[in-house]
Amino acid sequence: MSTMESRLAMAQKPVPAVTKVPKAVSPARAALRQFMKSPSGVAGAVLLLVLIAGTIFGPWLHPVDPLDIVGMPFAPPDADALFGTDYLGRDVLAGLIYGGRATLTVGAVAALITIVIGVTVGALAGFFGGWVDALLVKISEFFQVLPPLLFAMVLVTLFGPKLSTITVAIGAVSWTSAARLTRAEFMRLRDLDFIKASRAAGAGNLHLILRVVLPNALPPIIVSATLAIGTAILFEGGLSFLGLGDPNTMSWGLMIGQNRNYVLDAWWAVTFPGAAIFLAVLAVSLVGDGVNDAVNPRLRRR
Amino acid sequence: MTPVLSVENLSVSMTNRDGDLVPVLENLSFNIDKGRTIALVGESGCGKSMTALAIMRLLPEGFVITGGRIVLDGEDLLAARPKRMRALRGDAMSMVFQEPMTALNPLYTVGDQIAEVLYYHRRLSRKDAAEQAVQFLKAVQIPAAEQRAKAYPHQMSGGMRQRVMIAMALACRPKLLIADEPTTALDVTVQAQIFDLLAQLQDETETAIVLITHDLGAVAELADEIAVLYAGRCIETGPAHEIAARPRHPYTRGLLGCVPHLAVGVAKPEVWTDLGEIPGMVPGLGNRGPDCAFLARCANASELCRSKPQPPLGHVEAGHAVSCWRAEEIAA
Amino acid sequence: MALLTHLFGKFANAVVLLLAVLVMNFCLIHLAPGDPVQVIAGEMGGASPEVIAALRAKYGLDHSLLEQLFTYLGKVVHGDFGYSYYFNQPVLGLILQRLPATLYLAAASLVIAVLIGTVLGVISARRPNGLLSHGVTVLALAGHAAPIFWTGLLLLLLFGSVWPILPVSGMTDVVDPKTGLAYAADVAKHLVLPSITLGLVFVAQYSRLARVNMIDVLSADYIRTAHAKGLPERVVLVKHALRNTLIPIVTVVGLQFGNLFAGAVLVETVYSWPGMGRLVFDSILRRDYPTLMGVLFFSAVMVIAANILTDLVYRLIDPRIRAGAR
Repeated sequence: MSTMESRLAMAQKPVPAVTKVPKAVSPARAALRQFMKSPSGVAGAVLLLVLIAGTIFGPWLHPVDPLDIVGMPFAPPDADALFGTDYLGRDVLAGLIYGGRATLTVGAVAALITIVIGVTVGALAGFFGGWVDALLVKISEFFQVLPPLLFAMVLVTLFGPKLSTITVAIGAVSWTSAARLTRAEFMRLRDLDFIKASRAAGAGNLHLILRVVLPNALPPIIVSATLAIGTAILFEGGLSFLGLGDPNTMSWGLMIGQNRNYVLDAWWAVTFPGAAIFLAVLAVSLVGDGVNDAVNPRLRRR
Repeated sequence: MTPVLSVENLSVSMTNRDGDLVPVLENLSFNIDKGRTIALVGESGCGKSMTALAIMRLLPEGFVITGGRIVLDGEDLLAARPKRMRALRGDAMSMVFQEPMTALNPLYTVGDQIAEVLYYHRRLSRKDAAEQAVQFLKAVQIPAAEQRAKAYPHQMSGGMRQRVMIAMALACRPKLLIADEPTTALDVTVQAQIFDLLAQLQDETETAIVLITHDLGAVAELADEIAVLYAGRCIETGPAHEIAARPRHPYTRGLLGCVPHLAVGVAKPEVWTDLGEIPGMVPGLGNRGPDCAFLARCANASELCRSKPQPPLGHVEAGHAVSCWRAEEIAA
Repeated sequence: MALLTHLFGKFANAVVLLLAVLVMNFCLIHLAPGDPVQVIAGEMGGASPEVIAALRAKYGLDHSLLEQLFTYLGKVVHGDFGYSYYFNQPVLGLILQRLPATLYLAAASLVIAVLIGTVLGVISARRPNGLLSHGVTVLALAGHAAPIFWTGLLLLLLFGSVWPILPVSGMTDVVDPKTGLAYAADVAKHLVLPSITLGLVFVAQYSRLARVNMIDVLSADYIRTAHAKGLPERVVLVKHALRNTLIPIVTVVGLQFGNLFAGAVLVETVYSWPGMGRLVFDSILRRDYPTLMGVLFFSAVMVIAANILTDLVYRLIDPRIRAGAR
């Protein structure tokens, strides 16, 4: 699929060289300052913080077990249940609070797995080139042939719908784009003079990869990691929607999946968890755009 | 005889980030007659290309014409409606760009790109237009024109592509051809060929040519008139042989000093101090005051120059005008 | 000739990849917790002792793993993808039965996505700071963030109860079955909501992509040349700009076919569209592993086919690729 690779390279804008920053300010701080200038990025960050705070502090304000039956099924939103009850008579608000914990955790951990696998594969392929690259590209190609969500479904079906399985499955199927990105960055950086200088100074491969090349390749990887969180949240939702959620742990996807057949009777039981997923992914994307603008100043106009 | 193109006091400005207008080109005037060539000369950033795009009314976003007149064959272009401008472009007036590598659409054959000019302006049938395109490829001396017409730009060399651009520009026998650094991107040997081709085609078609270049030496032969631009201002203008032989402005002299050998056959006068390359850079946009723009780089600058604004173009001889306080002294 | 050699290379590569998918399928079955026989029969597939004994013999489960692998591959080569005990049908037939419905849905969504996406992107690119441009940015964000099954359910809610003008379930009218042209119209009517739901995600992506690319292309030298030639605005936009803009879109369409298919699984579940997605849902529910594995394999086939097709379209659009200059 080397043509695909090269085509993608054409489709995507070349990632600009590492941002030059004034000496006194650390790159991270400069990026943060730049990030604060992006209204949508800040809005996304605030929204994300609100959602996270809701799942952390929610139980104090609304101490209801999401799996407990608290009233009649399909009770519309009212004073007793602010967001109504679901098909079993469980409190939707409690589901949103506890479900958020599961969904956001799955999103974050799965994204971490995605990035770790992707960066490792991409870094090795891009740094060493040759047969290592050929082999790893072939493996990525194999994973690209399988629709990620479908592959994750098969994995979860086979290994059982537990939160841990779901998380690992999502991470295991969606690392290819991070790998492609990292590989391209490493290939670009590998031949730059300062890397050659380190190599000439006798730095070992591991040192070069981790301490010299990786830090310079970080900006696009960070952006890709942010976006991976959003994708993972959507995947968790999709899997739970198809009945592959962990039935013992409430999650936003599970709420939609369990109530979807009753959408005409109780719109609130699917609309609110869906909106929660929507807001979470939106927040993460906005943060991702803001980070992108902060670390790639030349692309800011887009 | 009315000139083919008459540019009067043309001024172009750019809107900067704060929304202010920054002058890019100030009060440029020149005329050009049928079959004649004027060269606009200067370093990059002096406003040459903007002049070309202003005449074509193709200024990029953010650039505006703030004053003056552009008259093509008696027609005021600044008053023309967009539709009329489209009808004129590629027909009565056309343009050859600097970068032949990117100026052609990579997805269509060169034959098609020439033919479409004829198709839209001359209302030829597709078939006739295609046949004509082949004729034009022959006219610009492309070998095996029939086959070459079916080639894509990436299959041609830079020189070939520039020939295609010229064929495209001349397809409708325009009254005016603007060539914006047509040879800058090409090898030196190819440059000479392209200039020869332009000269030869001009003899046949009597097209008036505005030749834009930074290389004064290269155009001295081809041009009839020369206008030297510096920082958006015309600082010296006159007949080509006159300017090449007796440049008055220190900047013009600097430009000629940069030229290894002049093709006009006039020996370099002994009195010239060889300036070599002119040190320094063209002042940036927005950093141009009322005083002489060349002041900071000028080796001949005196207290007089520093105390007065940039002088208007003053005639030193018939048709030869220069904007320099010390023009008389330098001539002596 | 060059094209034939190229295609042959693509096919050879495809065969290798598909073999790898089969080997992975085999490994997954054996890695999964529990007896492979149970996995093959499906937990709820009514695996009687006789069936299990028959399966053991059929797949040679008493032999070494390597022998089993070759038995499995041999069967697949002969078109035997296993037997679905839940549907009581060979997997291959089951999938081929469902394939057309999914292809209709995918094709309709793709047409919607590419057409609307490109048009929106191109129009908004002409005024990069205009209202439509901002609209496209918002749409792209919203389209990416909204879970497809949720959008589907909201549309189902809207057209199922609030404003019932479109069918929200199935592929045909079961109460009043139609034939001939009326049948096609009926299917098309049922296709509206599913294809819009699925297409919307990609409309969002493609409009953003088209916008960015169109802005790039419009500032290209050859567009300035086209203007300098005095071509009509429409010709500059459509002939010279649009085709160049399409190149990256075609690339992304090819790369994302897998996502389109996965999206179809979710959409089909929402609207009970009788395609492969619905089959996946049912197999998951019944733990019908042979069917699930078969679908995974066929999705790989479709992704590869889509990639080859994209490659051809790409060559059609871009002469630089045709000439072999990458």
